[in-house]
Amino acid sequence: MMGTKSRWARLRRTEAANGLLMISPTALYAILMLAAPLGAIFLYSFLTDGYLEIIRDFTFANYIEAWTNELYRTVMVRSLGVSMVVTAVTVLLAFPIAYFVSFHVSPSRKSLWLFLITIPFWTSYLIRVFLWKVILGYNGVVNSGLLGIGLIDEPLTFILYNVNSVVITLAHAYAPFAILPIFVSLEKIDRSLLEAGQDLGESRFMTFLRVTLPLAMPGVIASVLIVFIPTIGDYVTPQLVGGPEGRMVANLIQLQYLKLDNYPLGSAIAVSAMAIVTVVSLIFVGLNRRYLKGRKA
Amino acid sequence: MTEKPTMIAFQDVHKYYSDYHALRGITATIKAGEFFSLLGPSGCGKTTLLRTIAGFEGISAGAVMIDGKNMAGVPANQRPTNMVFQSYAIFPHLTVGENVGFGLRRAGLAKAELAAKVDEALAMVGLKGYGARAAHALSGGQRQRVALARALILKPKVLLLDEPLSALDKKMREQMQVELIRLQRQVGITFILVTHDQEEALVMSDRIAVMFEGEIAQLADPETLYRRPNSRRVAEFIGTMNFLPAQVISEAGGKIEVEAKGFGRATLDAEQAPGASSGEGPAVGFRPETLTILFEGQTATDRETTATIEEVVYFGDMTYYDVRLEGTDKAVRISMRNVFGRPVLDIGARTRVAWSPGALVLFR
Repeated sequence: MMGTKSRWARLRRTEAANGLLMISPTALYAILMLAAPLGAIFLYSFLTDGYLEIIRDFTFANYIEAWTNELYRTVMVRSLGVSMVVTAVTVLLAFPIAYFVSFHVSPSRKSLWLFLITIPFWTSYLIRVFLWKVILGYNGVVNSGLLGIGLIDEPLTFILYNVNSVVITLAHAYAPFAILPIFVSLEKIDRSLLEAGQDLGESRFMTFLRVTLPLAMPGVIASVLIVFIPTIGDYVTPQLVGGPEGRMVANLIQLQYLKLDNYPLGSAIAVSAMAIVTVVSLIFVGLNRRYLKGRKA
Repeated sequence: MTEKPTMIAFQDVHKYYSDYHALRGITATIKAGEFFSLLGPSGCGKTTLLRTIAGFEGISAGAVMIDGKNMAGVPANQRPTNMVFQSYAIFPHLTVGENVGFGLRRAGLAKAELAAKVDEALAMVGLKGYGARAAHALSGGQRQRVALARALILKPKVLLLDEPLSALDKKMREQMQVELIRLQRQVGITFILVTHDQEEALVMSDRIAVMFEGEIAQLADPETLYRRPNSRRVAEFIGTMNFLPAQVISEAGGKIEVEAKGFGRATLDAEQAPGASSGEGPAVGFRPETLTILFEGQTATDRETTATIEEVVYFGDMTYYDVRLEGTDKAVRISMRNVFGRPVLDIGARTRVAWSPGALVLFR
């Protein structure tokens, strides 16, 4: 009796116990809100759908359906394609902005610029998506503008309710997320390295390619991950501006769950999408590790 | 010594940062193959001047000539100079070998040839076999060597060194000083060193330009700079100099008759009065080692006075005595080499001191 009590007291004093105690609210939250639902979805994906009920029969049929059905495959490939294009567009546009703020804005003004970059976050995501609808719509800002100056005779239709509008909207929404990591990695570059590059005979452009870009790669890869991972599963944007051709995997999952009441198939599609994201992310993490190899901090 | 050709010429160089006048009319020449130092306190413009040679800093007026060519409008990557940066600026994403070979990309060498050149450059700085190492794993001294090899491999006409030793500890710094001198003799390239360490400048340089507030105060070889500083300010910046008030009695035929406190009447050559006193009134200056404390049985070879010892600082090989010369109210410092068997004097002791008019410098 005495023995166990003192052992308990000793355990409570250890650093490990203290640590566990401190993270326990977070850990509890993560387990309840993240791990448990994930586990449930994983479980569902192996059960059999019985129209309005779920039959507890273990099966791979959902996965076979998710990976072989033409429709699901098309949507999955489209999601992957859209998020890759969004990632490419966002990161390519974010880099010059981050570069400009890091290299051409005076140090006293940098925080102001970063502040300005976050302005889009001041309104809700949903409102921003609606705004794009206003801008890109049949009678929207772009079309009336172009009609007004006589560049086009009838409104452009390829800019709304398809993949293009999804790409434009998502690229805008995620731009700050892409700018900030690149900016940080550019800020960390010792400016004398760039002088050294030029001192050793390279032009500004070659110095950029041989020094700045490789040193900014960790930031670029972080941006890629930050944009790619959430966009592949984005639901709101394709729902609102995607039209029938712009539907993505999240819309498909929603359809299965809420419209068709097919939890197992919806779960299987969700788990498959997660698997794809994981694989692509691991590739980038591996790349990042290669770039970070032999680097301090 | 035959006169060497001019490598770098500054012609009335001015530099403004908005309304701050950083360089105020620099005119000087640096000879080919010379080890030249720019010495001065921080903020004196020495690094700015170095960077105008490298091409990192434009100039507001005047001209910088390298090997007879005006460098106006020539970007840094097209100048025949290479630089060792204060931070060394070693590329962290490259290996040691890739760092050293960085500037050779444009030479378009075959792989084997490039590797041979890199190995040779690394061997020259004592880093043989370090080529495959990651640059970040190097110590401060090794990074410095990599920076040197990376610059020298391109065989520049001028090597610029921006306080390259300031980040090293004392032992390493002294070792690198000797190595830099050896390296400079070996490659025969003009070295221009920026430093705020007067000892470093004296040890390493053929000639030194002492800079204050954007101007060159004195440009001379180390010995002249030390023995005949042209102003009190230069004298105080380089080593230690004692000052005692003095008055000029007469001046004729290249001889100056002065009356100095503590020394009395003395006749100086005109070349012993190179400088200004910066408003503190005329004074004679002398280095601590030019006065000698006379022990039992020793006699002065020139002139002699008496003094009281006020402070003794023992340094092992040396002893510093702060003494008050007869007839003065301010202590001056004398440094004496310690000799085996000779006692160190005590505070308060009275002693005889030998001095020589030839060692004095007059500041008017």
